[in-house]
Amino acid sequence: MAGSPRSPRLLHPAAWWLWGLAMAVAASRTTNPFLLALTIAVVCWVVLERREIGMTNPLLPFLLIGLFAIGLRVVMVGLLGDAVAGRVVLFRLPEVPLPEWSSGVRIGGAVTLEGVLVAAYDGLRMATILVCLGAANALASPRRLLRYVPATLYEAGTAVVVALTFAPQLVEDARRVRAARRLRGHASRRVADIPRLAVPVLTGALERSLDLAASMESRGYGRVVHRTTRSTRLAGLLTLVGLTGVVIGLYGLLDATSPTALGIPMLVGGLLCALGALAVGVHRDDRTHYRRDEWHLPETLVAVSGAVPAVVLSVAAAQHWTGLVPPQVPAALPAVPPALAVALLVAALAAVLAPVPPVLAQSRLDLRAGAAAA
Amino acid sequence: MIEFRDVGVSYPADDEGAGATLALHGADLVIPEGELTLVVGPTGSGKSTLLRCINGLVPHFSGGTLHGRVLVDGRDTRTHRPRDLADVVGFVMQDPVASFVTDTVEEELAYGMESLGVDASAMRRRVEETLDLLGLADVRRRQLRDLSGGQQQRVAIGAVLASGPRILVLDEPTSALDPVAAEEVLASLHRLVHDLGLTVVLAEHRLERVIHHADNVVLLESGRGERSVSGLLAPAEAMLTSPIYPPVIGLGRALGWTPLPLSVRDARRRAVVLRERLGAPEEAPAVDRTGAEPVVAVSGLAVRRGTVPALRDVDLDVAPGEIVALMGRNGAGKSTLLAALVGQVAREHGSVRVGTLDPARAKPAHIVRQVGLVPQDPSLILYASSVAEECAAADTDFGLEPGTSARVLERILPGVEPTRHPHDLSEGQRLSVALALILASDPRVVLLDEPTRGLDYGAKRRLVSLLQELSAGGHAVMLATHDVELAAEVASRVVVLADGDVVADGPVRQVLSGSPAFAPQVAKILHPVRLLTVDEVVDAAGAAS
Repeated sequence: MAGSPRSPRLLHPAAWWLWGLAMAVAASRTTNPFLLALTIAVVCWVVLERREIGMTNPLLPFLLIGLFAIGLRVVMVGLLGDAVAGRVVLFRLPEVPLPEWSSGVRIGGAVTLEGVLVAAYDGLRMATILVCLGAANALASPRRLLRYVPATLYEAGTAVVVALTFAPQLVEDARRVRAARRLRGHASRRVADIPRLAVPVLTGALERSLDLAASMESRGYGRVVHRTTRSTRLAGLLTLVGLTGVVIGLYGLLDATSPTALGIPMLVGGLLCALGALAVGVHRDDRTHYRRDEWHLPETLVAVSGAVPAVVLSVAAAQHWTGLVPPQVPAALPAVPPALAVALLVAALAAVLAPVPPVLAQSRLDLRAGAAAA
Repeated sequence: MIEFRDVGVSYPADDEGAGATLALHGADLVIPEGELTLVVGPTGSGKSTLLRCINGLVPHFSGGTLHGRVLVDGRDTRTHRPRDLADVVGFVMQDPVASFVTDTVEEELAYGMESLGVDASAMRRRVEETLDLLGLADVRRRQLRDLSGGQQQRVAIGAVLASGPRILVLDEPTSALDPVAAEEVLASLHRLVHDLGLTVVLAEHRLERVIHHADNVVLLESGRGERSVSGLLAPAEAMLTSPIYPPVIGLGRALGWTPLPLSVRDARRRAVVLRERLGAPEEAPAVDRTGAEPVVAVSGLAVRRGTVPALRDVDLDVAPGEIVALMGRNGAGKSTLLAALVGQVAREHGSVRVGTLDPARAKPAHIVRQVGLVPQDPSLILYASSVAEECAAADTDFGLEPGTSARVLERILPGVEPTRHPHDLSEGQRLSVALALILASDPRVVLLDEPTRGLDYGAKRRLVSLLQELSAGGHAVMLATHDVELAAEVASRVVVLADGDVVADGPVRQVLSGSPAFAPQVAKILHPVRLLTVDEVVDAAGAAS
């Protein structure tokens, strides 16, 4: 930020992840394409302004997967039909006759504008949620966040670190293997090649992830907790139950169609179990921290700026405001409720409220110096 | 400090009926405190297994059965997991990048101490000390993946060192490094042993780099199904019988010097008479290839990687039959140049012609008939589930008569079981299979990227004779390598790259004997006599007497 008196530093990773998850919750509440596009724009702008650079930008793969999700959803609806009884028929696919008992399921047939639109909106929502998670990755490295995972969650912690390095490793390996395949005279991107490509990519990435786990182990990760088998088992059980609860609860919250009984109660129950697991081992957690990130006012402000749209859109969804869900039949351009748009724009304040990450600040200084020299 | 009591490691037979394998047998030795112990043995003789036993990664992380006992500072590895030994043993893995848990240098150094529960102020102090000790203070806030190979390796050492272990175990710490960076890392290790009294155990293929630093040597041997581990030997004694040895030892053995000199300095003292006797040998007339049509023609080539220029205005012609060694620091642009020759990187300007085509515009299927590249990690181009399938796939890929690849492989690596999975082969065998597949389409130009990484001397000798055979058959060969001894042995011409520029280009004798960093051991011993390999010296000495 030009002219900001605050010195560059990294924001607490938890603040960015709260912000990103809150944006994902907000996006999950609507299928209005304008609101979703606004969400993506806000998220991308904040990433551009405050990303923690140095690592490979994780936003791009998430964007690509998002586009793929939209495409897949549309194609599936086109092929298999949709619950929406559309009126405007775009074209007809040859219909595959199916036996009587499969009533309700069809393959091929009329593809309607309404059906395609509903599918595209649904896909867009999925894509937006993915972009929000990608943004959290770009704003604060998940590895940094992981340092705040209590050592009691040893197994879960190892698994998460391994998984986190596995995915980017996979992308990098896929690129290298594809380049190597050219050395054997293959240029095509045929689908038939995928299995041949997958073997070296998966084995390579898996081997490296195991190396990482071995490295963590030999450097003493998880050694100071659980001196007795009983506490190990108890904490393990509570962790497992707790994490399952949290995952189901989050699913319930993010998926607007699932019963409300699934969301909040499961999440709370899961969190309680996880907390119990922590309590079992927390007084034995002797780990220390080197330069722990501190939580100051900007952290709170960023977290709140993300929470505003999440709360507003959730309330709006619960009270069935117009504009959250575009009209299905007949298809019409949905209106943009100003209140909701403003709520989403509040989240963009994070790009101003957060301090600039040091590396980014430095590279901007360099750029300015370069421009001045020229 | 470290006690092996009749230790063996075996893996049970797998479901597909492959027999039980013995990874280590009969290790019975005591490694004393405060000394640098070198573990020497051919590929697959169990060096890594022996090292991994020390901090309990074998058997806790590898599976398999451990026989006998390993005691480290009085703790039995059967009951202590690696994390329980983390305060005594620091383990540095082969690939530093795979072992990094965090993103930046400082965090990586602190990680182990955080796990061990060192209090914050002590941790700060030790991070600073480690940064100074390994010369990393300038890069403390940098991202780990942006560092050079030598820096990464030093961070990996510092990361385990900071938690204050009394034993440091390193698995091939210099195999990926250029000669200068390797020397940096070894000098750091030497200082740790001498100043801090650390116990260091290390395995290394490139003995020429480490043998003169070692206090003790453990020899591992693997014959047909037999494995043996020697006791602790003095380096000179071990080198008398070791099946693998660096050129300085080879020279001593060939000339019957006793005691064997281990370092270039000792050998130079012994070689005073020899140098006088050899005098200035006649320069072999350089083979004149100016008349031959070059098979590789690069002119004004510039390539960018991101915003960084990787190659600037490179001009290079290679004639058929030449063997060109590309040398230079990590990141000097060697791999980029090879990639440009097979059309894998976009060029900014300049032109490249290989054989009759421009690789940037041609289809991969046509490129492979002119030029073949064996990548740094040969397993990248192997993806079938057996060697035989791999050969069959190559035949269809290149549109060859079935059986061609298998015949080439039989010539390069006779007797490899066609049913083996490529992943189960040794490093050297895997390289041979990859090379056979590339050679099957009979390209006029063969490129190799770091072919000797992880190869022992035996495998290297086979590679050398194969490359010479290719060159005699009129193929042009280019190899990017850090291995000066390999370059001395096989290359006819050396091209040195620095920061994307060609800084030296000439006959091997001229380039290598003139440079302190890239001179092979024999050249250093005999300077100013320009001889590069043991065989040359033996021939010249025979002629002179």
